[in-house]
Amino acid sequence: MAAASVVTVRGATRRYGAIKAVDGVDLDIGRGELFGLIGHNGAGKSTLFKMMLGLVPPTSGEIRIDGENVRGSGFRAVRRRIGYLPENVVLYDNLTGLETLHFFASLKRVSAAECRAVLERVGLAGAAQRRIREYSKGMRQRLGFAQALLGRPQILFLDEPTNGLDPEAIRDFYAILRGLRAEGVTMVLTSHILAEIQERVDRLAIMASGRIQALGTVQSLREGMDLPLWFDVRVAPEDFEAVRAALGHLPISAIEAREDHVAVQCRRESKMAVLQALASLDDRVLDLHVREPSLEDVFFGFSD
Amino acid sequence: MEIAQVGTIAGKEFWDRIRNRWVLAVALVFTVFALVIAYFGGAQQGTVGFRSIEFTIASLVSLVIYLIPLIALLLGFDAIVGERERGSLDLLLSMPITRFELLLGKYLGLAAALTFSTVAGFGLVALVLAPQLDPVALFHYAGFVLSSVLLGLAFLSLAVMLSVFAADRTRASGLAIALWFFFVLVFDLLLLGALVFTGGTYGGEIFPYLLMLNPADVFRILNIFSLEDVRSLYGLATVFPAALANPWLLGAVMLGWIAGPLAIATWRFRT
Repeated sequence: MAAASVVTVRGATRRYGAIKAVDGVDLDIGRGELFGLIGHNGAGKSTLFKMMLGLVPPTSGEIRIDGENVRGSGFRAVRRRIGYLPENVVLYDNLTGLETLHFFASLKRVSAAECRAVLERVGLAGAAQRRIREYSKGMRQRLGFAQALLGRPQILFLDEPTNGLDPEAIRDFYAILRGLRAEGVTMVLTSHILAEIQERVDRLAIMASGRIQALGTVQSLREGMDLPLWFDVRVAPEDFEAVRAALGHLPISAIEAREDHVAVQCRRESKMAVLQALASLDDRVLDLHVREPSLEDVFFGFSD
Repeated sequence: MEIAQVGTIAGKEFWDRIRNRWVLAVALVFTVFALVIAYFGGAQQGTVGFRSIEFTIASLVSLVIYLIPLIALLLGFDAIVGERERGSLDLLLSMPITRFELLLGKYLGLAAALTFSTVAGFGLVALVLAPQLDPVALFHYAGFVLSSVLLGLAFLSLAVMLSVFAADRTRASGLAIALWFFFVLVFDLLLLGALVFTGGTYGGEIFPYLLMLNPADVFRILNIFSLEDVRSLYGLATVFPAALANPWLLGAVMLGWIAGPLAIATWRFRT
């Protein structure tokens, strides 16, 4: 992991007076990885984000990107390869979308020609000449994303990138991220919409009280938590008792009769045994649905 | 330091002020006020029309000493705190630009806008008055315009400094007004009060040096001492040490007032 790691965080701590906003965080993010950072407001993820970009100096610890200390003078060259979308950024109202990109492109030494291509990519080509004052919230967010894409960055930091986007725009946004991942771009993003991030990131970290409480793939987090599964077994009402009988010898944590099905809760290790027991009921089982614990369950399990 | 990055920031600030017609509006204010003063400044004495460049400059100095600090403070007070409040400061600082380059670019862009307005506004007046001016008068007037630019740049530097220190825009605007009040209205009264209180026995010799602590006073001395008639009119020649009346020295003090606050702002902005 360490050899391929793009972002290396070692013991990063940031104090504000007596409060530790970020408390001894260790993290490695690999090249080409799509990494999610989740946590409640005040969990410390925005501060950690700013520390990773060298905007907030750590009280102690060290952060490196591409081997370069983010607080060192050598980091300037790395900045050219970084794209950043801050949370709730307000861009300059009096400029047009294209002028805004020209301004940032000039700071990043990117050709003006690339600005149009980037606007095209985020679906704002038609609004290029309109002033940002006339943009909707979603359009502003897309322009912020366009700005982050200038200069073909190899590392993207996206703080709440889908804020204010409608479902269709969110889909388009993740389609762009998939394209970038195929190009080998490393991406770190935060989101409050857990269901959204759950399906899309390679790995994620759950932050609470300034610490990383859990780190891994969605699957490994679920397994690590050993949260119970639910089986929704659809059977005719007269077969409800048969289901109960078939599962009687197994360590079931709950079994409830619902309107048109029986809901069965069990630990992960009993999953196959339950399935086999249900199979013995043959065609009396009309349908079967397995509910895995959602990331919300994992999230709230850790954050409490 | 990368000059191109400073230029990008400065260029944006300057063109923003051109586009929103700030430069035009301020230039017009200067032109109109200067023309009115040149032609009607002597109305109290019963004459209307242009009299002499010296009296025109003396009247303009009284106006500019209020107006330019106010304009400069309003121009610069949100330079940094405005970006911070909007959330765009983090974005700017994530770019390949240092904090010093950003600060310097902001200052230079705003300074260019202010200088352009001042020179254009008063320059237009010079064109109108040109037929009635001899080269010496023109030289004095040019000195007045140059010192006005320096006055503006000094207060702009103070404004950018407080925009680094202030926690939010509201406080920054309050501080800007307070600074204006202090330097333009309160400072001289305090000195005068101190002088009266001590009976003039104690602070008499250091009094002229204390005036150097206020860029507005430096501006006043710069202009009044270059004019023979006015100097005798005010009876200043007797109380003021000749060494301090050297325009080069006063110019250097003004440059100090430009560099000093910017240096403090840079120091504070680094952390």
